[in-house]
Amino acid sequence: MNKVIKYVIIDILRSKIVLAYTLLLLIISFSVFSLEGNSTKGLLSLLNLILFIVPLVSIIFSTIYIYNSAEFIELLVSQPLKRKNIWSSLFSGLSVSLSLAFLVGTGLPIMFYEPSATGYVMVLVGCFLSVIFVGIAMLASVINRDKAKGIGAAILIWLYFALIFDGLVLFLLFQLSDYPLEKPMMIISGLNPIDLSRITVLLRLDESALMGYTGAVFKDFFGTNIGFITTLISLIIWILIPFAISLRRFKHKDL
Amino acid sequence: MIKLQNISKKFGKLKALDDVSIHFSKGECIALIGPNGCGKTTMIKSILGMAVPDSGQILFNDKNISPDWKYRSQIGYMPQIGRYPDNMNIGQVISMMKDIRHSDQLQLDEELIHNFELSKMLNKRLSTLSGGTRQKVSAVLAFLFNPEVLILDEPTAGLDPVSSEILKEKINKEKQKGKLILITSHVLSELDDLITQVVFMQDGKLKFHNTIEELKQETGEQKLSKAIAKIMLKEATHE
Repeated sequence: MNKVIKYVIIDILRSKIVLAYTLLLLIISFSVFSLEGNSTKGLLSLLNLILFIVPLVSIIFSTIYIYNSAEFIELLVSQPLKRKNIWSSLFSGLSVSLSLAFLVGTGLPIMFYEPSATGYVMVLVGCFLSVIFVGIAMLASVINRDKAKGIGAAILIWLYFALIFDGLVLFLLFQLSDYPLEKPMMIISGLNPIDLSRITVLLRLDESALMGYTGAVFKDFFGTNIGFITTLISLIIWILIPFAISLRRFKHKDL
Repeated sequence: MIKLQNISKKFGKLKALDDVSIHFSKGECIALIGPNGCGKTTMIKSILGMAVPDSGQILFNDKNISPDWKYRSQIGYMPQIGRYPDNMNIGQVISMMKDIRHSDQLQLDEELIHNFELSKMLNKRLSTLSGGTRQKVSAVLAFLFNPEVLILDEPTAGLDPVSSEILKEKINKEKQKGKLILITSHVLSELDDLITQVVFMQDGKLKFHNTIEELKQETGEQKLSKAIAKIMLKEATHE
């Protein structure tokens, strides 16, 4: 299994896109921190950028990579290798290279400008998001045989999590504003890994005071250790479930 | 050695394989023939585990292949169209395959690399190769690990006469060693002297599975291609 991971990582590094992504993250991080005088404020601006860029790059790059590796996958499947190993190796290879790109591109500047617990939580959350969207991308590409359809699905999924979901939640809040929605909101935010990540980092910044009563309820839960651990567990579930479904599909796929 | 039991496979509405049962044993050299889209490649892919049949089972050395995967170390497969990762060169692909197949425990058969004179081209990228050269790479990989079973999908398509002759000689040599060889091909006359048995398929169904002698006797023809043509004609008039 490790051998296949090795070749996947070599292959990804050879395409240089991950390198460009790392550089992009480095430039964004350093410029955000040097534009904002206050590094906590810089962290907040960076958070919003990262929650947008990381899932997008992660899902699009992984989807395209899986489609472009169709030949490679076909070659491997006819060899004495377990399908499970091939698929897990692709997943691990993509996750490792994208997380590494994120660690270098954002982790380094954060270590340099804002080496606080909040900064490290943000780095952790970014790595989680990279891996989660690799998993979702693999699910999208195993379901659709057609490359254009698969990439379209990936973009839609990203759009849903990054924009549409928040819109729906806001709509729900306004419609049901007469009811106490703070507790159900916590569960609903667990349905979107991007929101979950945003809340986890925001509650560690002072800006959470601006979030009103909901913010206070959130802080009561997410701000505690149990809340943090619950968040991590939810993020891990977000990694495992899409990947497990894609693995099941891949095991029975005709190549 | 390989046993297919009531294998069926559908692609949408198309029945690629329709209740196929067949048995291949050691030392045979079998030609799998039939018109385009008759299910030859699907059958091969099912044996390799690349396509998953809807029903029926495939036994390799009396073991069901579906939970097993190690049996593939005994198969050398040469695909119809060899497709390889574009940004690797020939040498990298070969060494990757050696690495993946734990070749340190095996005796490697690098005869074809020399005969095809591939050693000069080892650092050529696969995306720049011609169809014929790709075909040579596929052949090298199929024979490299000294497998018990060789599955060759249109092996001579796209090869020049010299290389095609080299490959045929190699197939013959492996046949003498008592290996099971499965070949699909359209170019019948080329295979005349290699084959011991013929399997004819049409519309996903097995039409017949005969030895060459039986076939020649039945039709009274000496040439394989003519014998097949005669049988195909007979089938057509039956319908």
